[in-house]
Amino acid sequence: MTDINNDINQTTSNLNIVEPDLKIEHSLYSQLSSEFKDKVRLVYTKPNRIKISVEPEHIIEVAFFLKNQLGLDHAESVGGTDYPDENVIEVIYHLNSYSREELAPIILALSTKTDRNSSYLPSLLPVFKSVEYHERETYEMLGVYFQGHPRNERFLLPEDWADIPPLKKEFRIKGR
Amino acid sequence: MTNKYSESLDSKFKETTNLGLEVVKEASEDRLMKLSVGPQHPGSGHFRFTIKVDGDYIVYCDPDPGYVHRGEEKMCEYRNYIQNIPHLERPVIHDSTNITYSYSLAVEELLGIEVPRRGQFIRAIASELNRQVYTLYWLAIYGIFLGHSTMFMWPTGDRELFIDLLAALTGARVTHAFNIPGGVRNDIPEGFKEKCLEYIKYFEKRLKEYEDIFYNNPLFRQRTENVGILPKQDAIDLGVTGSVLRASGIPHDVRKVEPYDVYNEIDFKVQYMKTCDSFARAYVPFLDMRESCNITRQLLEKMPESGEVRVKLQSNPKGRIGEAYKRVESGRGALSYYIVSDGSSKPYRVKISVGSFRNILALPHLLVGSRLGDMPSIYWALNYWPVEADR
Repeated sequence: MTDINNDINQTTSNLNIVEPDLKIEHSLYSQLSSEFKDKVRLVYTKPNRIKISVEPEHIIEVAFFLKNQLGLDHAESVGGTDYPDENVIEVIYHLNSYSREELAPIILALSTKTDRNSSYLPSLLPVFKSVEYHERETYEMLGVYFQGHPRNERFLLPEDWADIPPLKKEFRIKGR
Repeated sequence: MTNKYSESLDSKFKETTNLGLEVVKEASEDRLMKLSVGPQHPGSGHFRFTIKVDGDYIVYCDPDPGYVHRGEEKMCEYRNYIQNIPHLERPVIHDSTNITYSYSLAVEELLGIEVPRRGQFIRAIASELNRQVYTLYWLAIYGIFLGHSTMFMWPTGDRELFIDLLAALTGARVTHAFNIPGGVRNDIPEGFKEKCLEYIKYFEKRLKEYEDIFYNNPLFRQRTENVGILPKQDAIDLGVTGSVLRASGIPHDVRKVEPYDVYNEIDFKVQYMKTCDSFARAYVPFLDMRESCNITRQLLEKMPESGEVRVKLQSNPKGRIGEAYKRVESGRGALSYYIVSDGSSKPYRVKISVGSFRNILALPHLLVGSRLGDMPSIYWALNYWPVEADR
């Protein structure tokens, strides 16, 4: 497979000469770190993507800063991932901006972790109206209770759903 | 939110919810009638919402999706990267090339492969044709929703042309499974370019006729103009996407703001309107169809004459440890995949974020305060596909 990759790189090299320059991504993080010091941890930066991780108790102030100071005004997606080995559930908000043109290609992933057995997180609904249904979906799919969200209740699953949240890893599809 | 209804209502009946909606107080509930719209409603399509009406003003709306929830995200964790493609296109079979497009882009990042240039062009052509198929289907239903049966017949007929093109290209009418990590399944057949250009020429002529019979129809205009206003700031706060966002005056199109594959070589305009009403939301997809003809023509002209269309993968490829977030512009707005890989041949977690799911958040905000008769024109103008929202 490596040979094929090399061939492609040669044939299309005139297209890909632009080295990824992560100026905006780094400036976003430097603004965050100058405001919040070590409360915000950088996970990675790659072209148009930046991921930061915060503790649940700081997430609301960080989210307010991202919205009001940096202009990331809505969430594209909110998802959770279950890690049974580390006994945590990671919840990620993918934020994007409509109001600042230069930030439109950037997706900032704001991630936080909660305990698997008693999963409580502060809701970001007071900051971003756009997370309302996404957080409801995360609640029913992973059992993460969002404190401050007016409706932690069933959304997509059947009304008579009586099993554990289906995106937890111990939930198995029948026959698999 | 203020409107004619809330102005006419005495303030002692009103209260403001914590989401900023002005609703009728619980104490005055005996004035109200509760209605359940769908899922058996002929137009709502597997989607139910409950509304409360005061006279014929809607005062409360609660969407209840989930009637076609299939558990796509869970299913992805049991199959390898290639096996996932046929079931992932099921949520929106009319736009199946676009829903597998961003999946392929994300998996390519995890596998560390790059698609040959000719493959990138063929992908983009297939996704533009598929966008036309989807938008025509949506337009046909919008037409019949408002009682305009000609607008149901015409797009349904013209849609066949694009389906024929896609059938010649991919071998299937609607569920193509054409985009795969590494490129596309097969090269374009002989004579495809000429046939495609001929169809597009015919279709552009038809679009003028659509405009005359439907969009310039005074009845249609009366039913949609100044109905369901979604101001620019509300559109930003609610995080709506696609034609709904562009109808509120924000020129945001993923093909332009974050071009993928060969879209940065294509010269096109992002179509948007500033009137923020149902008419704008109905007209922007139409303008998109016209722009899409232009894009397809450029893609066909710029495509390299020959070359590989896909990278041969090893069987059961393993993703490198990490995560990828990729998005494309589908017929209903940004469609993104967030994939986490633990280094095995199956994805550890797949999260699909679709335009339909993001756009229903606007439905209560638009319906509350409007009249019951405006409900069809507001609801379907949201470019909402219930099956896709449920996944």
